[in-house]
Amino acid sequence: MRLVLTQYSGTVVLIAVLVILFGLYLSWTATRLDRLHVRLDAARVALDAQLLRRSTAVLELARSGLLDPATALILASGAREAEIATPDEREAAESALTRDVRAAFEDPAQAEHVRAHPDGPDLLDELGKAMRRVQLARRFHNESVRAVRQLRSHRIVRAFRLAGRAPDKSNFEIDDELPAALAR
Amino acid sequence: MRIGIVCPYSWDVPGGVQFHVRDLAEYLIGLGHEVSVLTPADDETVLPSHVQSAGRAVAVPYNGSVARLSFGFLSAARVRRWVHDGNFEVLHVHEPGTPSLSLLACWACSGPIVATFHTANPRSRAMLAGAPIVASAMEKINARIAVSEYARRTLVEHLGGDAVVIPNGVDVGYFSALRPRPEWQTPRDRVDDGGTIGFVGRFGESRKGLSVLLDALPEIVAVRPRTRLLVAGKGDADEVLKSVPERVRGNIEFLGMVSDEDKGRLFHSVDVYCAPNTGGESFGIILVEAMSGGAPVLASDLDAFSLVLEGGTAGAMFPNGNAAALAREAITLLGDPARRAALRAAESRAVQKYDWSVVAGDILSVYEMVTESTARVTAESGGDSR
Repeated sequence: MRLVLTQYSGTVVLIAVLVILFGLYLSWTATRLDRLHVRLDAARVALDAQLLRRSTAVLELARSGLLDPATALILASGAREAEIATPDEREAAESALTRDVRAAFEDPAQAEHVRAHPDGPDLLDELGKAMRRVQLARRFHNESVRAVRQLRSHRIVRAFRLAGRAPDKSNFEIDDELPAALAR
Repeated sequence: MRIGIVCPYSWDVPGGVQFHVRDLAEYLIGLGHEVSVLTPADDETVLPSHVQSAGRAVAVPYNGSVARLSFGFLSAARVRRWVHDGNFEVLHVHEPGTPSLSLLACWACSGPIVATFHTANPRSRAMLAGAPIVASAMEKINARIAVSEYARRTLVEHLGGDAVVIPNGVDVGYFSALRPRPEWQTPRDRVDDGGTIGFVGRFGESRKGLSVLLDALPEIVAVRPRTRLLVAGKGDADEVLKSVPERVRGNIEFLGMVSDEDKGRLFHSVDVYCAPNTGGESFGIILVEAMSGGAPVLASDLDAFSLVLEGGTAGAMFPNGNAAALAREAITLLGDPARRAALRAAESRAVQKYDWSVVAGDILSVYEMVTESTARVTAESGGDSR
C-alpha cells in the first residue's frame, strides 16, 4: 500500500512538474510572439516614415523648378497618389512612384542637368538617400513579417491561440529599385 | 501662315488627339499654309514630310494608369530646336495639361501660343499636386480652345479661366460620298423580320458598352429573328460569344479591324448604328462619322452624345446602361423606315458644323487673332538659366 502510494505520488509530482514546465514554455512562447509583434509594428512605422520621406523628397524636387515641367508634373502626381493611397492601393501607388522616378532619371543626362544647379545635388542626394532607406526599411519589415508568421504557424501557438486576435500580417511588396543615376 | 503643331501622344498609337492633329495639319496644308507637326514617335515609324519626331515616348505611371509620354530635358531641347528652325508665326499645342511635349513647348517657347484641350473629367488629384508646376507654362497660352462643352467645363474647374469651344473636325464629305457594301446591307427578303445593327470600336473595353448591346440582343431577336449585329473593331470575338446566349450567337458577325473606307461603307449599309458607350467620352467623333455616313444613330444618353445628337432630334437615345430601353428603341427604329429617313435628313444637317471646312476656319480665325499683335514664336532658354 505504502509502496503504491509512493509510486502514485511520484507520478503526481512528475505530472505537476511537466504541467508547470509546459506552462512556462507556453508563457515564454507567448512573450516571444508578443515581442515579435512589437518589433513588426515598429518596423511598419519605420517603413511608413521612410515612404513619407521619399514622397516628400520627390515633391520637393518636383517643385524646385530644376526639372522640366512635364517631368515635374509626373513626379508630383506620383508622389501625391502615393501619399493619399488607401491601404489596399498603397503598394501599387508606391511602385508607380518608384517607376516615375526611374523614368525621370532613365537618361543620366537629366540627373547631371539637375546637379549642375547649386541646389541640385542636395535635392538628388536626399531623394537617393530616401529611396535607399525605403529599400532597407522594407526588407526589415518583411523579415519581421516572416518571423511572426513562422512562429504563428507553430502547432502549439495555433492550438493554444497564443496570437490572440492579432490580424495576420502580410509582406509589403513594391518595386523599389533605384535609377542608376541615383544609385551610389 | 507658318504654323507649328505639337501632339503630346505617340504618332504610332491610334487615338483621338493624334487623328485630330493629323487631319488638321493636312487640311491646313491643303489651304496653302506651311505646317510642321512635332510628335513623339517610335524610331522605325515612317512619318509624312511635315511631321517631325521628338523621339520615342516612354511608358510611365501617371494619373492612375500607365501613359506613353515625352518628357525630360532632352525632349525639351528637341522642342526648342524645332521651334527655332521652324520660325513659326503661331504655335498650336494639344493637351498642354498632360506632362508631355505640349507642356514642354509652352515652357520652352514664347510668342503666340494656342492650346486645345481634349479631355473631359480627368482625375483631379494629379492636377492638384501639379497645378503650381504647370501654372507658369500655362500662363503663356494666348488662346484656349476646348473640343466640347464638357472639355471646357473640366478646364474651367481645374485650371480656371475660360476657353472657346471648337469641336473636333470630321471629313463629312469623305464619309457621305462612300457607297454601301451589299453584303453588309439587309437583304430585301429580311426587311420585315430582320435588319442590320452596326457597332464600331475596341469592344473589349467595357466603357465602349458592347455588353449593353449584347444584353439587348435576345429581346431584339425575339421580335425580329433575322436581325444581324455587325461588330467592327479590335477585340476577342470568342470571349464576346461566350457571354451571350447560344441562340443569338448566329446573329452576330465580327468584321475585325476595318479601314476608314470600310468603316464609312458600314455606316452606309446598316439600318441602325448603335453607340452604347457607358462613359469616358468627351466628344463622340464616331457619332459624327456615323451621321456623316448616313447611319441612323442609336446612342446612350451621355452628355457628350446628347450634344452631338442635338438632344435626340438628330439621333435616337436610350438611358445609359439600360439594355431593355436599347432593345425597345432598336425594335422601333428597325420597323420604321420613315423614322430612319427622317433621322438621316436631320443628321446630314447636324453634321455640317463638324466639317473641317467650318472647324479649320474657326481655328484659323483664332490663329489670326493671336498673331495680330504678337511677334514670332521663339525658343527660350527655359529653365537653364534658373
